[in-house]
Amino acid sequence: MRYALFAACAAAALAVAVSAKAETVAITHARILTAGPAGEIAQGTIVLKDGKIAAVGASAAIPAGARVIDAAGGVVSPGLFATGSLLGVVEVSSLGNDASVDNTDIGASFDVQYSLDPDSILFPVARLGGLTSAIVLPLPAGRRGADADEEDAADLTAGAGKDTSRSHALFSGTGAVIYMARGEDILTRAKVGMVVPFGRSGAGIAGGSRGAEIVALRTALADVRDYMKNKAAYDRAGYRDLGLSKGDLEALIPVVQGKIPIVADVHKASDIRAVLKFAHEEGLKVILNGAEEGWKVAAEIARANVPVLLNPLNDRPESYEELAATMDNAARLQAAGVLVALESTGGAYRVRETRYGAGNAVSHGMPYAAALAAVTINPAKIFGVADRTGSLEPGKDADVVIWTGDPFEPLSVPTAVFIHGQQQPMTSRQIELRDRYKDLSRPLPPGYTHGG
Amino acid sequence: MRLWTWTVALVAAVTVSGCATTTEPAKAPARTAEAAPPAKAKPLPPGLDPLVHADAFPSTYRPMPSRPTAIVGASVFTGTGQLIENGVVLVKDGKVEAVGPNLPVPAGYETVDGKGKWVTPGLIDAHSHLGVYASPGVWANSDGNELTNPVTAEVWAEHSVWPQDPGFNTARIGGVTSILVLPGSGNLIGGRGVVLRNVPARTVQDMKFPDAPYALKMACGENPKRVYGSKNRAPSTRMGNVAGYRAAWINAADYARKWDEYRAKVSKGEKADPPKRDLGLDTLAAVLRGEIQVENHCYRADEMAQMIDISKEFGYHIAAFHHAVEAYKIADLLAANDICVATWANWWGSKLEMLDGIEANAAMVNAAKGGCAIIKSDDPDVIQRLNQEAAEALAAGRLAGYPISEAEAIKWITANPAKALGIAKQVGSLEPGKRADIVIWDHDPFSIYARTDRVYLDGAIAYDRHDRRFQSLSDFDLGQAGEGAR
Repeated sequence: MRYALFAACAAAALAVAVSAKAETVAITHARILTAGPAGEIAQGTIVLKDGKIAAVGASAAIPAGARVIDAAGGVVSPGLFATGSLLGVVEVSSLGNDASVDNTDIGASFDVQYSLDPDSILFPVARLGGLTSAIVLPLPAGRRGADADEEDAADLTAGAGKDTSRSHALFSGTGAVIYMARGEDILTRAKVGMVVPFGRSGAGIAGGSRGAEIVALRTALADVRDYMKNKAAYDRAGYRDLGLSKGDLEALIPVVQGKIPIVADVHKASDIRAVLKFAHEEGLKVILNGAEEGWKVAAEIARANVPVLLNPLNDRPESYEELAATMDNAARLQAAGVLVALESTGGAYRVRETRYGAGNAVSHGMPYAAALAAVTINPAKIFGVADRTGSLEPGKDADVVIWTGDPFEPLSVPTAVFIHGQQQPMTSRQIELRDRYKDLSRPLPPGYTHGG
Repeated sequence: MRLWTWTVALVAAVTVSGCATTTEPAKAPARTAEAAPPAKAKPLPPGLDPLVHADAFPSTYRPMPSRPTAIVGASVFTGTGQLIENGVVLVKDGKVEAVGPNLPVPAGYETVDGKGKWVTPGLIDAHSHLGVYASPGVWANSDGNELTNPVTAEVWAEHSVWPQDPGFNTARIGGVTSILVLPGSGNLIGGRGVVLRNVPARTVQDMKFPDAPYALKMACGENPKRVYGSKNRAPSTRMGNVAGYRAAWINAADYARKWDEYRAKVSKGEKADPPKRDLGLDTLAAVLRGEIQVENHCYRADEMAQMIDISKEFGYHIAAFHHAVEAYKIADLLAANDICVATWANWWGSKLEMLDGIEANAAMVNAAKGGCAIIKSDDPDVIQRLNQEAAEALAAGRLAGYPISEAEAIKWITANPAKALGIAKQVGSLEPGKRADIVIWDHDPFSIYARTDRVYLDGAIAYDRHDRRFQSLSDFDLGQAGEGAR
């Protein structure tokens, strides 16, 4: 009897799982923030079908048989991006991560796509923050990911690290775009950018000076070009020594060809200028990451047509490279015509604050539509997936969030999250813990209460 | 009479009251040794008796100039659980004079138009390392953790505070008017924390909150055992941690007993050999006398329960557990022991002891009968947006089914930290007689778009978003790339 019931339940669950992809959903009576050419639709309907957005508009027709969700005046937005994140490559950061490599043969050739763990408990937490995609970027060697408590993090700043020359570490490897659907192969696109630390961090790798790093990078890229032309000779014994491993040289070919952009980890205005100049001279595509002092060189960044990833909350002289950090950075860069994507602090446990970062950018001068774009369509454009996601347009993946109100407001919460058209469970390990301990007066210990 | 004068006197009187055998007049400096016991025994030289001149680094805080002020027409969160629409806040002599709807404005008051704006008490951060881990975060500014011994009760955070930390200014822009600056959590007992008025100042003494008790920083869990285990010395385990706390309290009790015996003999005119003063044990003995607030960094529920037992074993009270991401698991136990919980909404996971952190933690602590929830920063960025962190915690609480009002939640960053810091008689709410620490916001402070228009400390304008005269710049910022950027 009990088994039969269990089996019935299991069958029902399976049916839901199988049918989920095919389900057609119409979300009605919603204020729709498309982040696309249609802009904001004051009240409209969006139809999700076969995992894609089938229609969106003030009077989009509801297909027969569609499940209708009445948003009742709520807001619908594209799923948000966690840009510059460690999702899928970090679980408990103090115990290590899969985002960082320190191996003399593996720098540029490191590729995070093979590190991704779709079962990470961070994904459900991120989804409950309205996030459906992430840009996962390798961390420069030796850099620790995410935040611990302040004291703990501060321990690590005591006694600065020694500068050493480690040419393999000039390149940290390539990042990936992922989506956060439960239980799937979460890769959207691999090799979307080659991380290169500049400034103080790059100087440390090159032996101590910023100037030395540019020399070291030029030498490495010259080696790559040399290798490209002389692969056969390289494979024979006796070819001159090259600074990088064969794997790293191979990985850098699309970089020197301008097919994969470098993601320049850089903060200070003078270092940003150096990166722009270096990239121009070497013919590299470049994305700036960090850029706390970007506003000081906004016109130059815009002229070079270089996009910027930044944390809008970085407003302190946290290091000597960020003396001019300000809350206005995002707004000023955007106003100068720079394509901006907003990151969250730490990129892992607090990615759900991405939407609050966007709200703070708005309160510091960024137009609302620009801030929305900076957490949706802009990262999709910057990392080459804008044809698939990032805005609510027919034909794109149905990555959609329904909110009780303005997504940037902490007092608004998501009520439904769709990824590739599949509705995601609105729970997480945190929610299960919460519910387990809500009633402390139960006769049996909390260990006997399970999530279901 | 200037505020600071009577305050210093009061501090002296309070500290001396812990010593039954002395009859020191309130204002006496140690040099004159008026604490001298009766004739036969010679007074101890200055600095050798912990109860004479106990306030060795006295506050020299003085309120900035202020005028009688009326803030009229705002939505006023009082910090007492009330939201007064169309409220009037009257400020006189640096104190809150009256708060209510439609109060008449007395003649001669500067009227501030609060229509369409929100008013809260000045925010209080119960956990900060501003000044001790100053910006820029280079090793030269890393002064928050004396990681040379697992028990360093002898160190005082104020001796590391750099008043020019630019973070004080950014915190003030965020509406923070009082701050507990603590030593770090690398040690079992990290030393004394100090409550500061968030004013631009030349010295830390100029910032010290008059009449605020000191705090003692203690820490559970991974940090101490990691720091000392990695040096191949105790503690390297959690059981080693507990042995370390207990040994420290045993030493403190023994030390206190020796001084008591010495004083008893001296008071009877007997010959007595004074114990050697020990700075660390002075601090711990003051905790046992109830003069210092214990602020205990502790993540896990089971460890908090053990710390409560240790406090009972040695007879002290824990004012608050900090971080305490698992407080929701023992919200009943914490409330029953009158222990506040200073936590975040949104920090979890990066260490194993943080794995079970949940957004609804504060709300669940708040829901327990007598529960005391605090949202704090432990971070120079979060301190600028305590209101947003509280909003996140509030939203998570409502989502969990707790009907919490904004007027209640504002206490998490005002009245409740005031209680945990032992300064609730002076700040934390807009009640007559309290220090006029007031923030005017351009939106509801629980909105992401809220920014401070003006921040008052003791009725004086300490920050005005639209008037550069009231936008303090740290010495460090002058002539640097950041000058004028913020």
